[in-house]
Amino acid sequence: MAGPKRVLVSCGTAIATSTVVAKGIEEAMAERGIKVITRQCRAAEIRPLASDSDLIVTTTPVPEDLGVPVIQTLAFLTGIGKEEVLDQIEEILKD
Amino acid sequence: MANKLLELLEPSAVKLGIEARDSTDVVRKLGNLLFDAGYVHDTFVQAALARESELPTGLPLGGDYNAAIPHTDVEHVIKPGLAMATLTKPVTFQNMVNPEEAVQVQLVILMALDKPKTQVEMLQEVAGVLQNAQVIERLMAASDFNAVQYAFGVT
Repeated sequence: MAGPKRVLVSCGTAIATSTVVAKGIEEAMAERGIKVITRQCRAAEIRPLASDSDLIVTTTPVPEDLGVPVIQTLAFLTGIGKEEVLDQIEEILKD
Repeated sequence: MANKLLELLEPSAVKLGIEARDSTDVVRKLGNLLFDAGYVHDTFVQAALARESELPTGLPLGGDYNAAIPHTDVEHVIKPGLAMATLTKPVTFQNMVNPEEAVQVQLVILMALDKPKTQVEMLQEVAGVLQNAQVIERLMAASDFNAVQYAFGVT
């Protein structure tokens, strides 16, 4: 069995929004039977951490050339389009 | 329901049905109230404004009202707390995920956060409130703190 997937969660200050997003991903993926480890960072420090990640989920704009899938979304805060985003995350992370 | 949120919401920093000139005005008003109540250092307001201009916090909610959740780095904070304003007329914030885009905001929750891990529950409750159109409606209609408590489901 494969190890847990690494999801880098980025926002402006890495104290508020990314915390909500990280929890949201952990809980939803647990329900879907996908093991994830999340790590929070500021958008400004994303580049060196990107290559260690299977997926980046961000609430603020990030560079496009990070070499890993990036999902830019406010769904974990506002609820708008949340199911679609969760499906997208599952699709990227599933083996 | 939103117990942790209500625990951290400073009653003297809840301003209902106020007018603000712009987003700066409302962040300054709420930030000064948190300062007066001893939650933040005197650097907080400037830091929150600087952060907002660089990394905005406007959130389109897809309904009648949109929100913004200004906040800034932990070093400006003494202890965690929340301030809130409902505005009679919207002010412009920029969209968090797409800063080019303007969002007309009538609900502002200014967050003084020290350590994220200890405030996860509160942050999730804030997100829960933003996702609940009925709670937003009730908050926007609230004219006193009791109505805010009631909107959050705690009396």
